[in-house]
Amino acid sequence: MAITIDEAVPGPATDDAPPARRRGGRGRMVVEVLLLTALAVAMLFPVLWMLETSIKENRDVYAVPAKFFGFDLTLDHYKDVFVARGGGRSDLSGSFLNSVVVAGASTVLATVLGVPAAWAYSRFTLKAKKDQLFFILSTRFMPPVVVVIPIFLMYRTLGLIDTKLGLVLIYAAFNVPFTIWMMKGFVDEVPAEYEDAAMLDGYTRLQAFWRVTLPLLVPGIAATAVFALIFSWNEFVFAVFLTSSQEVRTAPPAIAGLIGGTTVDWGLVAASAVVFAVPVLVFAYLVRKHLVAGVTLGAVRR
Amino acid sequence: MGTVEAHGLRKAFGDVQALDGVDLDVPDGSFFVVLGPSGAGKTTTLRAIAGLEKLDGGSVHLDGRDATDDTPAARDLAMVFQSYALYPRQTAYDNIASPLRARKASASDIAAAVEQVATLLHIERLLKRRPAQMSGGEMQRVALARALVRRPRAFLMDEPLTNLDLKLRVEMRTELTRIHRALGGTFLYVTNDQVEALSMADHVAVLKDGRVQQVGTPADVYERPANQWVAGFVGSPRISLLACRAEGDRLVGAQGWSLPRPRWTTAEDGRPLLLGLRAEDVSVERRGDVALAGEVYALEPLGDRTVVDVKVGSELVKVKARPHVTGTPGDRVSVTVDLDRAHIFDAGTGLALSTAGR
Repeated sequence: MAITIDEAVPGPATDDAPPARRRGGRGRMVVEVLLLTALAVAMLFPVLWMLETSIKENRDVYAVPAKFFGFDLTLDHYKDVFVARGGGRSDLSGSFLNSVVVAGASTVLATVLGVPAAWAYSRFTLKAKKDQLFFILSTRFMPPVVVVIPIFLMYRTLGLIDTKLGLVLIYAAFNVPFTIWMMKGFVDEVPAEYEDAAMLDGYTRLQAFWRVTLPLLVPGIAATAVFALIFSWNEFVFAVFLTSSQEVRTAPPAIAGLIGGTTVDWGLVAASAVVFAVPVLVFAYLVRKHLVAGVTLGAVRR
Repeated sequence: MGTVEAHGLRKAFGDVQALDGVDLDVPDGSFFVVLGPSGAGKTTTLRAIAGLEKLDGGSVHLDGRDATDDTPAARDLAMVFQSYALYPRQTAYDNIASPLRARKASASDIAAAVEQVATLLHIERLLKRRPAQMSGGEMQRVALARALVRRPRAFLMDEPLTNLDLKLRVEMRTELTRIHRALGGTFLYVTNDQVEALSMADHVAVLKDGRVQQVGTPADVYERPANQWVAGFVGSPRISLLACRAEGDRLVGAQGWSLPRPRWTTAEDGRPLLLGLRAEDVSVERRGDVALAGEVYALEPLGDRTVVDVKVGSELVKVKARPHVTGTPGDRVSVTVDLDRAHIFDAGTGLALSTAGR
């Protein structure tokens, strides 16, 4: 599941003066409210249903007609996500751990590579800088699924098939261009004169970057890293094609794998989906201010 | 010890030739001002000397040693930026201490040096504040303190007073002169404000389009401008330039006037010339034989004086007069000229004709 900006951004303050009535008056407003409500229901119903299903007893999950209210509560599904039937850790919990490792490592790698690159693109005059930046961006133009087969073949030769390292590398490769572009915006906003001043103080260029510019970039890095983290966390196509063993599998294919047997344990599917979505929501909430700053960069004077 | 020499500095930004062979020779202990309009290459010159700008050509010598390829840190210079460039996350104290920390001074030395410079600049009470909590004038002083806390080879200042309001600017001019006298040291100061240049400098270099037009004392630049452009740029109100030519012992104006030819003009007859008259070297109040006939065009009362614009033919002559001078546009007036203080330029090259012996 992906997070939309609407979810990440706190709603507008409600105690503001009411907006001036637009043309059309009350009737038009009613129509607007109705349409927006319909949209909200359509958008949020699957989420609500997922939450409900994850805490329903199995018989209520399969009840016909479906029960919106008055079902029996249980947390068994959540227990099943983490604990195997016979005791011990469940396969699914292993997949979640893989997801944490893969998403975390690829984000760190993309940030470590991307932030200095963004700084360099922002600060230095380079030959064909715009072309280079366009090339970097262009790697994001095609859908990832287009390169799955060639990457599969390369990985097979390199022995990276069905390894966490393979996933980390491919996710980092997708996140570095994004990190460079987003961070370049943040670096552009830090005046280069801070570094000039630091160099005259007696620091080297790298020390100036490290001591003066980098601390000012921390909010931007946090926002960029969260985006990269969410991408890696949610990624499905490469995870399905490049991994197969239980030890390596990340959560998205593992959850998808729950569906498709003769019977589907919808309670477990819903509970694991909730568990899968929570970290993303938490991170997005923590950096919500910077997420908007990153998305609307250039439009907003910070 | 702190001499700065720049030879033939060249730097282009795309199609713009920012520096087109700039030569500067800043003597030890001087207050050297580079004066020029915006876009003249002043800041680029300073940044090149500081090592922040990679040059296309030319060399920088510090204390006689070639420093063209040295890092900014190795050049041992301090700089005050136009934007102040104070580190936003650090207190004034930390900002001022930064050059000393970078050079690994001991904590007690740092404390002593910061205290001393804070006293010199009267900013003791600001030391715990961050830049966001300071006014423009306060940030300016802290930025100055960060430069002055060390004894570098030279202090580079990039229009440090430009962002201040008029009152503070006047105050800081006096202050900077005082500091220069108190500390000694070489100051290389860049500005587009001729008042700053004339009031503080002991040497002025006038820069235009990446080229040095003239180097000299403030008096040199004001009283003996090397060319028409310098004469026009330095001085307020602007010098009046009248087209004329020499004919025998007379200067004959394009507008029909005729004045005795100054002894020192060396131009041959008929060469197109420009007669430059500063507003204080002409008068509508004094009577004299050497005068131009014109009519009052406008009066600009400026409080301590009134500038009278007199139309001589179709050309304007600005005349400094007493504050309460009267006149209405259209009045016939006679503008008395002090020819010993006049300037004559070649209209073609713009260069001043020999002013030797003046």
